[in-house]
Amino acid sequence: MGRYVIRRLLQMIPVFFGATLLIFLMVNVMGDPIAGLCGDRQCDPATATQLRKEFGLDKPLWQQYVTYMGNVFTGDFGTAFNGQEVTELMASAFPVTIRLTIVAILFEIVIGITLGVVTGLRRGRPVDTGVLLVTLVVISVPTFVTGLLLQLLLGVEWGWISPSVSPEAPFDELIVPGLVLASVSLAYVTRLTRTSIAENRRADYVRTAVAKGLPRRRVITRHLLRNSLIPVVTFIGTDIGALMGGAIVTERIFNIHGVGFQLYQGILRQNTQTVVGFVTVLVLVFLVANLLVDLLYAVLDPRIRYA
Amino acid sequence: MRGATHARWAACAAAVALAATACGDDGGGDSGGGDGSGIVSSSWGDPQNPLEPANTNEVQGGKVLDMLFRGLKRYDAKTGKANDMLAEKIETSDSTNFTVTVKSGWKFSNGEAVTAKSFVDAWNYGASLKNNQKNAYFFGYIDGYDKVHPEDGSKQTTDTLSGLKITGDNTFTVKLNQKFSTFPDTLGYSAFSPLPKAFFDDHAAWLNEPVGNGPYTVDSYAKGSVMKMRAWAQYPGEDKAQNGGVDLKVYTDNNTAYTDLMAGNLDLVDDVPASQLKNAKSDLGDRYINTPAGIIQTLAFPFYDKAWDKDGMEKVRTGLSRAIDRDQITETIFQKTRTPATDWTSPVLGEAGGFKEGLCGDACEYDPDEAKKLIEEGGGLPGGQVKISYNADTGSHKEWVDAVCNSVNNALDNDKACVGNPIGTFADFRNQITQSKMSGPFRAGWQMDYPLIQNFLQPLYYTNASSNDGKWTSAEFDKLVNEANAETDQAKAVDLFQQAEEVLRDDMGAIPLWYQNGSAGYSERVSDVALNQFSVPVYNEIKVS
Repeated sequence: MGRYVIRRLLQMIPVFFGATLLIFLMVNVMGDPIAGLCGDRQCDPATATQLRKEFGLDKPLWQQYVTYMGNVFTGDFGTAFNGQEVTELMASAFPVTIRLTIVAILFEIVIGITLGVVTGLRRGRPVDTGVLLVTLVVISVPTFVTGLLLQLLLGVEWGWISPSVSPEAPFDELIVPGLVLASVSLAYVTRLTRTSIAENRRADYVRTAVAKGLPRRRVITRHLLRNSLIPVVTFIGTDIGALMGGAIVTERIFNIHGVGFQLYQGILRQNTQTVVGFVTVLVLVFLVANLLVDLLYAVLDPRIRYA
Repeated sequence: MRGATHARWAACAAAVALAATACGDDGGGDSGGGDGSGIVSSSWGDPQNPLEPANTNEVQGGKVLDMLFRGLKRYDAKTGKANDMLAEKIETSDSTNFTVTVKSGWKFSNGEAVTAKSFVDAWNYGASLKNNQKNAYFFGYIDGYDKVHPEDGSKQTTDTLSGLKITGDNTFTVKLNQKFSTFPDTLGYSAFSPLPKAFFDDHAAWLNEPVGNGPYTVDSYAKGSVMKMRAWAQYPGEDKAQNGGVDLKVYTDNNTAYTDLMAGNLDLVDDVPASQLKNAKSDLGDRYINTPAGIIQTLAFPFYDKAWDKDGMEKVRTGLSRAIDRDQITETIFQKTRTPATDWTSPVLGEAGGFKEGLCGDACEYDPDEAKKLIEEGGGLPGGQVKISYNADTGSHKEWVDAVCNSVNNALDNDKACVGNPIGTFADFRNQITQSKMSGPFRAGWQMDYPLIQNFLQPLYYTNASSNDGKWTSAEFDKLVNEANAETDQAKAVDLFQQAEEVLRDDMGAIPLWYQNGSAGYSERVSDVALNQFSVPVYNEIKVS
C-alpha cells in the first residue's frame, strides 16, 4: 500500500508539469494580452512595452514558463491585470466553489445512492421505471436550461429563493445551484448504484448473509451496499474535479464568484497568470481526488490489494 | 469497526443537507425611508484595471471614479456642457497658456485640503511612464510630456511635466505644446481628478480603499464582488448624494442582474442584456431608460492595405455605406437602442457642440441600386469579397455584422460579396488591429472621453492619432483640425471641425453605422434615475423611497 501511494505520487509530477505547460502554451497562442487592456483604443506603445515588461511577457515563452513554475513553488502565482495577486483571487474563489461542490456531492451521495438502492432492490417495479425515466430526462436536459428554469420559477415567480447568490455565498444560498450543478451526475450515480446493487443482489455472499438470518437492513448496508459502491465511488471521486472546474455555467447563472467565474474572466481577458494558476490548482485537485478514490477501493473491499 | 464509522459519516452528511434547506434572505440592501438614507443596490462589472483616475479606461471603473471624485470641471448630465466644479476660473489669452484657480474650501474625505498641488501631483503621476497609467496620453497636450513619457519607450529624463507650475496655494499654470482652445472643457474627464497625499504615501493601501473628494466615500471594497459606497456627510459640493449610499455588486452575467431586478433584489441595472431588450419595455414600463450616449459604432478600413487605398476606392467605400440598411438593423436587431448615424459624432453633443444631423448626406442613405453602381464604378470589391472582422467573445457583434453583410449581399445580388470574420477574443482582435493585419473592414467603436466634437474626430482620424486604427490620412483634414484647435471662438471652431468631417465624408474614411444608447432599468424602490452621456447612472441624484 505504501509503495503504491508513493508510486502514485511520483506519477503526479509529469502530469502536473505536462498539464500546466499545455495550458501555458494554449493561453499564449491567443496573442498579446496587452492589446486588449486599453479598451477600444490602442495602448500607447511606451506604456504597452512597460506593461509587457512588468508581466514578463517580453521574454521567450520557455523562459516565461520556467520563471512561472519557479515562482509557483514559492507560492507566488503572479498578479492579475487588475493588480490583484492571483493567490488573493484564489483565496476568494476556491472556498465558494468548494462549498458549492460539497453541496453538489452531498446531493449525489444522499439522493443518488438512496434512489439507486431503492430502484436496484425493486427492479422492474413502477418505482424503478419512474426513477429511470426521470434520470433520463435530467441527463438529456442541459444544465443551463435546468438552472435558468429553476432560477426563474423559484426565484422570480414564487420568490422562494434569491435568484442570485450573495458574495459571501453561504451554504443555504448554494442549495439550488448545488442541485443544478449536481443534477446530471446525480442521475448517473442513481443509475450506477442501481445496476451495481441489482447485480450484487444475486451474489453468493448476499445469499449467505440472508441464509445466516441477518436482518434485511444489515444485509443491505453492510454486505450489499458496501460492495456495490466501488464503481459509484470511482465516479464521485472523479466528479469532484469535474464539478470544481466545470461549474462555469452554474456559476454564471447564479452569480457565484467562484473558480468557474475567475477562469472565464481570465480567459476573456487573456490573463495567463490567472488561468494557469487556477488550472494548476484544479489539476492538483483532480490528482488528489483520483488518488483518494484508489485508496478508498481498498477500504471498501479488502479483497483488493495493491502491491 | 470501520463500517460503523462510515455509516456515522453518511448520517452526518444527510443531517447537514437537511439542516441547510432553509433558504436565507437576500442581501438586497437596507430599506431606509424617504429621508435620504436608503441604500441603492446597483449592478457592476469587475473593473479591468486598478482603480486609479489615470489608469481607468472602461465604464465599470469609471462609475466608481464618478462617485468618488470631482474634478475642475463636471459635465452636465443633461446637456453635456462642461461646467466649473472645483475650478474658480480657467483663463487664457493665447489658447496655449492657461491659469487655473482652484476653489478653496474643498477637502478629500480624509480631511486633507484640495489644493493646486493635489492636481499638479496627480497629473504628473498620470503622465509619468514609470507608473504605467493607461490614460497617460490625456496629458499629451501638456508641455514636457515627451520628457516624462518618451514615445519610443526610452528612459524618461524627468518625473514632472515642465508645463505645470504651482503659482500659489490654489493656483497653477498649464502650458500646452500646441494651441488647444477647448482644453479646459476636457478637464471634466476623470483622468484629471486631484489626488490626496495618501495616494502617494501608501499606494497599495489607497488602492484597497480609495479616498477621493466626491459625494461618496468607500465603505468597504471586496475586490471582484462588491463595493459599498456611502454618502459623505461633510461633502462641500452642491451635488450632495440624495441617497445613503450605493452598493455596487459584481455580476457574473448581466442576465442574472436583470433577473435579480425582476425578483426585487436589485435596484438598478445599467446594462440591459440584449436578449431582454424585447421584454424590457413591458417588464419595466417607465422604469426602462433608453437614452443617447456618446458612443458611435463605425466600420473602419485598413488603409495600410494597398487594395483599400487605391484611387477609386472611395467610391467602393461609399457604395458599401449605401448598401447598409441602418434603419432596419437598428430596429430589428437592436430594438431601437441604436439610432442610424448620419454624421461621425454623437447627438449628445447637441447642435452647438458640433453634432450635425445629415452631414453624411446621401452617402449614409440606404440605396441598393446606387450602392451597386458606385462599387462597380470604383472597380469592385477588392478580391471580389469583403470580410468584416469583429471579436466574437463579447458584445454580441455577430448578429449585426451578419445583418450588415446580408444587407450588402442583397444590394449586390451576390450572396458571397460580404461575410463576417469572427476573431476569438477581444485581445486578439485588438492585436491584429494594432499590428495592421486587417485585410478588410473591421468593427470600430468610440466612446467619447469628453463631450467635444474634437474628441470624435482627432483621436480617430488625424494622421497617426492614437486611435486611428485604419491609418486613414488626409492633409486637408489635419489642417482643418489644427485650425479648429487654435480657434478661440467656439462656434467658429465647431464649424472648422465640421468642415474636416466633410473631408472625411468625401473620402469615406470610415463608415458611420449608428449611435449607441445607454439602456437601464430600475426598481420601484428608487426614483430620479438617469444616465449621463457616458451611459453611467447619475448615482448622487437617485432617491430611495
